Order: sequence, then structure tokens, then C-alpha cells
Amino acid sequence: MKPVLIRKQSADAPTDAAFSWAAVGRELGIAPDGAVNIAQLAVDRHAQSALAEKTAFRFLAAEGSVRDLSYRQLAELSDRFGNALTSLGVRKGDCVFVLCGRICELYVAVLGALKIGAVVSPLFQSFGPEPIRSRIAQAAGQVLVTTASAYQRKVAALRPELPSLKHVLLVDDLGTGAIADTLDLHALLRAAPDTPALVPTGPEDPALLHFTSGTTGLPKGAIHVHGAVVTHFATARSALDLKPDDIFWCTADPGWVTGTSYGIVAPLVLGVTSIVDEADFDPLRWIEILENERVNVWYTAPTAIRLLMKAGPELFAGHRFPDLRFIASVGEALNPEAVCWGQEAFGRPIHDNWWQSETGGIMIANTAALDIKPGSMGRPLPGIAAHVVRHPAGEPVTVIETPDTVGELALETGWPSMFRGYLNQPERYRACFAGHLYLTGDLVRRDADGYYWFVGRSDDVIKSSGHLIGSFEVERVLMAHPAVAEAGVIGKPDALAGEVIKAFVVLKQGITANEDLRLDLLGHARRRLGAAVAPREIAFVPALPHTRSGKIMRRLLKARELGLPEGDSSTLEPGAAPGEKK
Amino acid sequence: MSQQQEQIRAAVLAIVKRLAPEIDPTRIIADKPLRTQIDLDSMDWLNVLATIHEKLGVNIPETDYGKVQTLDGIVAYLADKIPAAAPE
Repeated sequence: MKPVLIRKQSADAPTDAAFSWAAVGRELGIAPDGAVNIAQLAVDRHAQSALAEKTAFRFLAAEGSVRDLSYRQLAELSDRFGNALTSLGVRKGDCVFVLCGRICELYVAVLGALKIGAVVSPLFQSFGPEPIRSRIAQAAGQVLVTTASAYQRKVAALRPELPSLKHVLLVDDLGTGAIADTLDLHALLRAAPDTPALVPTGPEDPALLHFTSGTTGLPKGAIHVHGAVVTHFATARSALDLKPDDIFWCTADPGWVTGTSYGIVAPLVLGVTSIVDEADFDPLRWIEILENERVNVWYTAPTAIRLLMKAGPELFAGHRFPDLRFIASVGEALNPEAVCWGQEAFGRPIHDNWWQSETGGIMIANTAALDIKPGSMGRPLPGIAAHVVRHPAGEPVTVIETPDTVGELALETGWPSMFRGYLNQPERYRACFAGHLYLTGDLVRRDADGYYWFVGRSDDVIKSSGHLIGSFEVERVLMAHPAVAEAGVIGKPDALAGEVIKAFVVLKQGITANEDLRLDLLGHARRRLGAAVAPREIAFVPALPHTRSGKIMRRLLKARELGLPEGDSSTLEPGAAPGEKK
Repeated sequence: MSQQQEQIRAAVLAIVKRLAPEIDPTRIIADKPLRTQIDLDSMDWLNVLATIHEKLGVNIPETDYGKVQTLDGIVAYLADKIPAAAPE
């Protein structure tokens, strides 16, 4: 039986009393309303200190080579990149997209763009052309940094549809030389001066744009500001137990918010050395990295943890992890078995924590000092006030005080990394707030000890391998196929990925469902959406259930898929669908 | 390449093609990592391995993932595990 409580030796959990965001800002040398720039605090500050020659990033290439980059080198390269952008006419507030694997150039580009006040939006490398196009178009992105291979496969054909995109800077990973309408990144870096590129920015100046998904409509671009760095700094210490001399490994891809906030910004601001693995997930490789690189703090995700669990104890035979002090996980609620498995495999429990693109940083966490209740996301961090609320449609929000009552998780506004808007969608932004509360959309309960437990989403958004995926974005692409009349997409529970995307497809009159068509449709979706967003299962159905107002009832599709009670169907359109064709 | 290796290669490509129908097998560079060439994510990759287990009867343990990064690597690994059907 798994323990219901993992006791910590130290009972001195951090108290909220002495905490203030302003004090953390002062620690970073930020004056109230003074200048603040994420890249200056992350890189330049250390490059001008005793840490200049310390390794900021250690890049582990897939084929085995290792490249260390010091804070001084990172400062110089990011200055060159910032100056190169400036010479191309990029100005403060312009949007720079990054689409590549975890290679050195990505980190240089993100930091260099931040230095000149450009707004950086990292895209996940597994996105297909459609998610790339819609995000760049929404933000009117002016610059894209990518690799020659990704450009040729995913972007080149989109260029006519992206008139805002003035410059594409390529890392020539194919060795093919010049490609039309692009610039060679390395040539630009060589030509640019390494003089300081910093442009003055204030705490409320936009810095990062993280796209996230809702049930309806296009992805939402959550805008984050330079002042967010105060949260990154504070929470890396409070939630991840990160200390200046640590070796840190955040396995998240910078294409997602975790990989930016905690894969780039937080560890650099603390002046630690980060491991970056350029290769795809490989269980044995990961175990060897933890051991050989002597990782002290490891921040990873439930899917990876479950894949390592699946590999069995043989994987760990002969490996020891004496340096590993703290393991944390984020992306979706970590099952209690996985929390406890950490004890068996690494001699350390796994500390789940909770946050989302909109919060910009970790909000609720199992910290180093706090006893763990496996399966709980932990307690709010210093500086974060959380509540469980009820808000029925059209009625005011009320705070639920009774323990163990399910409601929506809400956070009191005012923490520095809170998003400042959804790009071009002010009404959707406003809808996230009730007075001084940010409504997260996650359903939780809080127990009598103040621990929060994830219950589910209040909407139909899908979480696959820890990533939010909007049904609408997937359905729209499926419906673009000539054989498809309508499509409804759900998250189907999966032991490893949390959820996998399953699509229910209604074909046009006269078109017959068969295996060839299923494969054609799957290929169509994967080509446009990429592996991370495309459905993994497609089922042909004669009709989809709709509400009387004509919306697809995804909740009902899901209940049917799982064989659950279908609940209140009073809003269901008459004569709604029977089940799936086998 | 032996006849057995040819057969294994065709079987592996058929498995990949069912999970990722968009791929063009003629574009795969056999000695370069497969996953980055054709956008297979971790879950796709597990599905490929599970289907190989099911169809070809070879279980590839996690500790051997490093040996099956390329198409050539997969074919060589499987050829080593699958006894040749009959002497040629």
C-alpha cells in the first residue's frame, strides 16, 4: 500500500509572513518601477560578476558531444543576436518566434531578443504547419528563428500566408547552404558586434508570448512581462529548492511555458548550471544523464516519469544518484504511485506542482520542507493566495471555505508573473477574472490541512503529455479534409500520456468509411498539425451529439467513449447520435 | 542487405506508415535518427515499438532504445533477434 503521507525531516515549512514580492525584487536589484529586463538579470548581470566563466548551459547533443556555454559567452552571443535583430530593423515590442529543438541557438535567440525588448514566442518543435501559421499570424510575428530542416518541412510553403514575417533566420542543420527568402543565423551572428544590445525595458513591458488552448476558438496568446522574472526567481527557490551551486535539469521543451520559465529564465537568474539534452526521450539516456551529469535538481513531467516507471527496475540496475536532491514534476496531476516510485527508483519522492501558461510561474507546490500527501499538488507558495470558488453562470463568485468541497481554483491577482492579456482577445482575458480573483478553469478541492487536490478541468480542454490542446484547433483541420462533414475531438484517458486525442468524424453524404480513408485522414491531420496536436485515434460515426444551440457536446462524446453515465442531456438536440461504427 | 533484412525493413516501414501515414518512406535517411526526420513523438514511438512487438514478436526493452534510433539500427536489431526463416 502506498503511504498517504511522506514525512519530511525538517518541519520548518516556509512561512508566508516575511514574504513580499517587492523584497524579492530588491534582492535582484530592481528598484520599484525601475528598469527590469529578464535577459539582463539572467545573463549580463552574471557575465559582469565572478560567475562570468561559470557554465550556464551544458548542451548534450544526440550523438554524444558536449558543449558548455559560460555566462560570459552567453552574454556575448545574445548581444550579437540582439544587435543583429536591431540591424534588421526589429524594435522593442516586435514579435520574434522561435521554432527549433533544444539547441544552443534557441537559447541565444530567446535571450538576445529579450535584451532588445522584442516579445519572444517559442513554438513547440513538434507543431505542424497549421499551429505554426495560426500563431505567427495572430501575433503578426516579424521574425522566425528556426532550422533549415524545420523551415523546409513546415514553414516555406506558408510564407505567402504570413505577410508580417519579414525575416527568417536559419540554423543550417542540413548543410545545404542558402535558402531563398531566409538569412543564415550564424553569418548574422558573426557579422554583428558584441557590444551591449540592451534596450531599456520596464516591469510592465511585454517580454514573452505563450500560446495556450481553450475549448473554443483559436489558441490564446498569454502575454507576460519583464517583471515576471521576480516570480521565476522566487519560485525556483521555493518550489524547486534550487540553490546557486546546483546542477539543474529541466526536461521541458522551451516550446512550452515550463521550458521557458524554468528551462531558460529561472536557472539563469539564479546563476546555476543547467543541463540541456538535445535528444528525444530515451529512458536509459535520461538515467545516465542524471547520474553522469550529477544533477541535483530535476524538473520533469508525469508522462516521462510514467515511461521510466514502465521500463522497470532493470533500467536502474547499476546506477546511483547520490547527487540528486530534489525531483519535481509539472504538467498534470501526478498519480500517487508515481510520487512514491521516486523513493524506490531515486531514493527521493517526486514533488508535484501546479501552474499554467497564464500564471507564468509555479503557484502551488509540494516544497522541500513540506510533508507530501501523494496525489496532492501541495500548498500555495509564499506570495500566492489561493481559494476554491463557486461561480454558477450569471451569478457572482463565492469563496468556498468548507474543506474537501470541489470548486474552481482561483488566485488573488498581483503576483509578478501573472499574464497581462490574451493577445487581441481582451474579452477572453476579462472573462478570466472576478474582482481581484483570477479564475484558473481547474477544478480542485482543498483539504483541512490546506493541500490542494486536482479534480478536473471546468471546460473540455485536452491535456496530452502535459500539454493543453484545444479541440477546436484539431476539429478545424479535420473538417478541412474533403471527405469530412463534421468532427468532434476529445481527450481519451491514457495510462502514459494522461489523455490522447481521439477524433469522432462524420463523413459527407455518399462517402464510405474504410481503413484507407482513416489513414488518409490521419495523415492529413498529422501533416498539418504535427505529432503533438494531431489525433492518435479516429473513429467514424454517423452523427455527433449537439446542443440545441448547435454546439458539439464533447462531454457526451467522452462519456460514451468511457461508458459513463451521460448525465444531463436536457440541452441535447433531438435525435442525437448513436455510437461508433465498428 | 539480406532478403530477411529487406523483409524486416518493409515490415517496420509498414508499421510506421500506419501510425504516421503522412510519411514518405523514400525520404527516410536510413542511418540518421528516424524520429526527428518524420515527426514521431514519444507516444508515437512507443506505439511503433508496441506494434513491432505484436507483429514481429520482438520486445525491445527500454535499455536498448539507444540501438534502435535509426532505420538501419532497427533492422539490424530485429534481424539479430528474429531467426532467419529458412536457409537461403
